[in-house]
Amino acid sequence: MADFFAGLVPGFVWDIWNSLPPLVQYLTVTVWKILFLTIGVILIVAFSTYFERKVIGSMQARVGPNRVGPLGLLQPFADVIKLLIKEVIVPSQSSKFLFVVAPLLSLTPALATWAVIPLNNWYVIADINAGLLYVLALTSVGVYGVILAGWATNSKYALLGAMRSAAQIVAYEIAMGFALVGVLMASGSLNLGAIVEAQSGGFSQWFLLPLLPLFVVYWISGVAETNRAPFDVAEGESEIVAGFHVEYSGVAFAVFFLAEYANMVLISTLTAIFFLGGWASPFEGWTFLNDISWLAWLTVGGLPWLFAKMCLFMYTFFWLRATFPRYRYDQIMRLGWKVFIPVTIVWIAVEGAMAWFHIGPWSGLSA
Amino acid sequence: MNRAITYVKTFALWELLRGLSVTLRNFFRPSVTLEYPEEKTPQSPRFRGLHALRRYPNGEERCIACKLCEAVCPALAITIESDVSDDGTRRTTRYDIDLFKCIYCGFCEEACPVDAIVETRLHEYHMELPGENIMTKDKLLAIGDKYDAMISADKAADAKYR
Repeated sequence: MADFFAGLVPGFVWDIWNSLPPLVQYLTVTVWKILFLTIGVILIVAFSTYFERKVIGSMQARVGPNRVGPLGLLQPFADVIKLLIKEVIVPSQSSKFLFVVAPLLSLTPALATWAVIPLNNWYVIADINAGLLYVLALTSVGVYGVILAGWATNSKYALLGAMRSAAQIVAYEIAMGFALVGVLMASGSLNLGAIVEAQSGGFSQWFLLPLLPLFVVYWISGVAETNRAPFDVAEGESEIVAGFHVEYSGVAFAVFFLAEYANMVLISTLTAIFFLGGWASPFEGWTFLNDISWLAWLTVGGLPWLFAKMCLFMYTFFWLRATFPRYRYDQIMRLGWKVFIPVTIVWIAVEGAMAWFHIGPWSGLSA
Repeated sequence: MNRAITYVKTFALWELLRGLSVTLRNFFRPSVTLEYPEEKTPQSPRFRGLHALRRYPNGEERCIACKLCEAVCPALAITIESDVSDDGTRRTTRYDIDLFKCIYCGFCEEACPVDAIVETRLHEYHMELPGENIMTKDKLLAIGDKYDAMISADKAADAKYR
């Protein structure tokens, strides 16, 4: 990273920087990294609400928002301002402290998980070696916000929504964890950066194809984890009004909304990292591309590739929502417990056997 | 064998992918949205919108207070009172249409022997205060005067079918 900035700033700034104590340097760099990442994530969240409405609109032969600003691009800001100036109503029978804290509890893990996510080969806030465990832990903590919101509201609908959400997330968390076991068997590391490195070498080295069943299970579980359609029974408006956030309005609702979309962006990015090679380029190793000057950039990995892969999965989120009706609750449970978990366990066994006999692209698991 | 095919299809997410392909195809189709204030659908000359009372070209009111429209009105939206006017003809002294009662069926227009009451193509109107829903004779005549050219053209276009 140092060489990235070395060319950008004049020499004397560099001298001052080098004279600072290492702790100060570290803190400064980390704070700026956090700042940029958070702003980036929140901007992506804002515009994904816009693109969701546009994409679903297109699929329904409508145009979607197009009134606020050019092409309606300022719509997310209009929505945010509307929510900010609305009154936050705290129900008189609710548990007031938890009612206020719950939205924050659901947003914090969604943003905190970004700490271990490598955006390219140097931009990662905390390059810890148990990154995958950290991700699993924090995505599970996110459900507490939903449960507490449902509980603190003291309303039947909210409680039902919270209970549905809790049961669903417990069920799919296991399938998700098993799917990730397959990934870490293939990569031989819990560090997200190392998982990406293990997939370097172009499209054929990605875990997408050898771990296809795990990819499908992980992605569908991810959709279920974020309580998105067709797994959005936690807020099923046709039967329990809005589920856990019935009584939330104004800023508190906005925070829940932000958390939901931040989780979607997170799951999209994680899927890209685990199965689509993260920031690696799909054309890595295609040497003939380097000879054509205007195509050479295609082989270079970096943030744009991760962003493109994330956008692909975000689009899939919207696509699923436009396509499928909501699952019945018992079907969700059946799918989670009786289909996904067996499928992942079977594929982990298959993968183990393949690694034992040295079949397949992975080298992490040396028998 | 069928059971095996079903199993394969289930695990290949076959039906789900079929559903997704439908939405994806529609994603690339142009939208059919008509952006209303800027774009409008074509209207028939028979469109039944806001009412108007018409005059003869010499400025004389067409309405002869026969009350056929009042009689035929299924919603009882029309109230007419009549008297002898200064020139000895029978004229309405009051001709009210309650737009809240009116169902825009066009029967009044059909019943009228002198084509006095008509429904125009105007449909973009609103009321701001209580009572504005009552279209009085003056208001109806004013609309008739203002949109005379449009109303005449519509009637002429429709005349051969009547």
